[in-house]
Amino acid sequence: MNRILHPGLWVALGLPALVGAWPLLTGSPANRELVFTILLSVTLASSLNILLGYTGYVNFGHIVFFGLGGYIGFYLMSAHSASLYLAMAAGGLGAGLLGLLLGRAILRLRGAYFALATIGVNEAARAFVNNFKPFGGPIGMSLNFQVFSEYGGATDALWLVYRLMLLLTLSVILVSFAVKTSRFGLGLRAIRENEDAAEVMGVVAPSAKSWAYTLSAIFPGIAGVLFFFKNGNVEPIDAFRLHTSIEVIVMVMLGGAGTVFGPILGAGVYQRLRGLLLVSPVFKNIQLAVAGALLLVIILFVPAGVVGWLRHRFPFLRRVLE
Amino acid sequence: MILQTKAVSKRFGGLMALSQVTLDLPEGEILGLIGPNGAGKTTLFNVINGVFPPEAGRVIFLGRDVTGRRPYHLAGMGLSRTHQIVQPLTELTVRENVMVGACYGRERLGLGPARRRADETLDFVGLGARRDQLAGSLNVAEKKRLELARALAAGPRLLLLDEVLAGLNATEIAALVQTVAEIRRRGVTIIMIEHVMHAVMNVSDRIIVLDYGEQIAEGSPEEVSKDPRVIEAYLGDPNLAARLAGSAG
Repeated sequence: MNRILHPGLWVALGLPALVGAWPLLTGSPANRELVFTILLSVTLASSLNILLGYTGYVNFGHIVFFGLGGYIGFYLMSAHSASLYLAMAAGGLGAGLLGLLLGRAILRLRGAYFALATIGVNEAARAFVNNFKPFGGPIGMSLNFQVFSEYGGATDALWLVYRLMLLLTLSVILVSFAVKTSRFGLGLRAIRENEDAAEVMGVVAPSAKSWAYTLSAIFPGIAGVLFFFKNGNVEPIDAFRLHTSIEVIVMVMLGGAGTVFGPILGAGVYQRLRGLLLVSPVFKNIQLAVAGALLLVIILFVPAGVVGWLRHRFPFLRRVLE
Repeated sequence: MILQTKAVSKRFGGLMALSQVTLDLPEGEILGLIGPNGAGKTTLFNVINGVFPPEAGRVIFLGRDVTGRRPYHLAGMGLSRTHQIVQPLTELTVRENVMVGACYGRERLGLGPARRRADETLDFVGLGARRDQLAGSLNVAEKKRLELARALAAGPRLLLLDEVLAGLNATEIAALVQTVAEIRRRGVTIIMIEHVMHAVMNVSDRIIVLDYGEQIAEGSPEEVSKDPRVIEAYLGDPNLAARLAGSAG
């Protein structure tokens, strides 16, 4: 069976590619900003899905990798005038390395204990950065406006960041599909279903989980560099928002944990919903409460998420919705 | 010897689950492991395949000391087992369950060969028609056979069967006993824990009897069934003792 020809892959890549091409075709900065947010969410949700959906470990600290990767890249750009590309590589590597080390330490915990530990990791990372002088402590860091001139000025730099974000999103989807349909992914799903039984069958659970965690950490690390470069400044409060981690979990669960297309759909729908709520006078202050209520409804009534439910209800869709 | 345990002991709090269990298993043999409930049979399996380490004693598999190694090390070396309480990967299909065994067992097959191996193995245990169903939708007898298929697909050298016959009717038992004999003909050494006496007595070359964690008898099915200590151990259930003597006699 040739995996490259699987329609599920092309549906999962096609929708984000179409949506992502729209601002490039219209050239509208407003569209670009809107779609950037959606692509960022898709990247965060699809990468979280590798751990949450395939491996079955609930991670409340996914945003740590986004924050820390962003900080590492930002530090290199502002203090050492590194290029954006070098900063992206360093942010991804730094986040991946943190994932590998953390994985060795906390992935031996299971269920609720692992989830609690990940909240601790998020708070610890924020406290660390708050007190780490080279990263600017609680004030954070800013980029000199000059750096954008290297990329043809601020306007061109924003378009460049957008194109890189689109590329990153498509890469994470490709990786997510590759993992799901691989031997490695089969081992991860065995761990999700019954870790003890998986070990008895020969799945080396400690190392498989560590690699899943590492893989899911690299992409938010790179995304963080792009996001904060675009912002021009970085602060601990923006980099380590616990509630963003929870929103990403909502996206994955909404679309369907453990499917390739689910997190993509969930991220898109959630971001559109969030955008509508934020401009509504009634909901703009309680937008997060809606996220919480949504999560509750999903877990109670459609635990498989939209894509999981569709795959279950209409088996013929399994060919196109992976 | 494919497997040896040397004076293996395991304690749970104040309970001595295994005390000084020593066994030698030559390649190609079917060893029956019997004893009353709570005798420590499953605990012995758990110690052999590394689910938990023994307090004392050594486990030697294929000439290597594997005491305290993790279950996945032993699976990679060619030890497969089934569980008394079935452990299906419920949200994966039946075929995917068996593919996990094939991919991560001794032969470490790639996905394509693992899929072919899974289909062959499922046909062999009679689950071929269920391959695309979710494992959670099988009934208990089918889940037992799925356990067997997963273990077999790994291409094991040694197979530990923990009450695969429990809960099956007479026809199913007869069929599965045939299957077990066929597995041995293919060169796999087997230890089976079983309460279905006539089956284990017929298919085993040798029997070891455990009671309260101690080896109280060892020998051919005939010898064991005439051993007064064995009959005594089963006296709580005189019928069982009678059947035990009858089936081998």
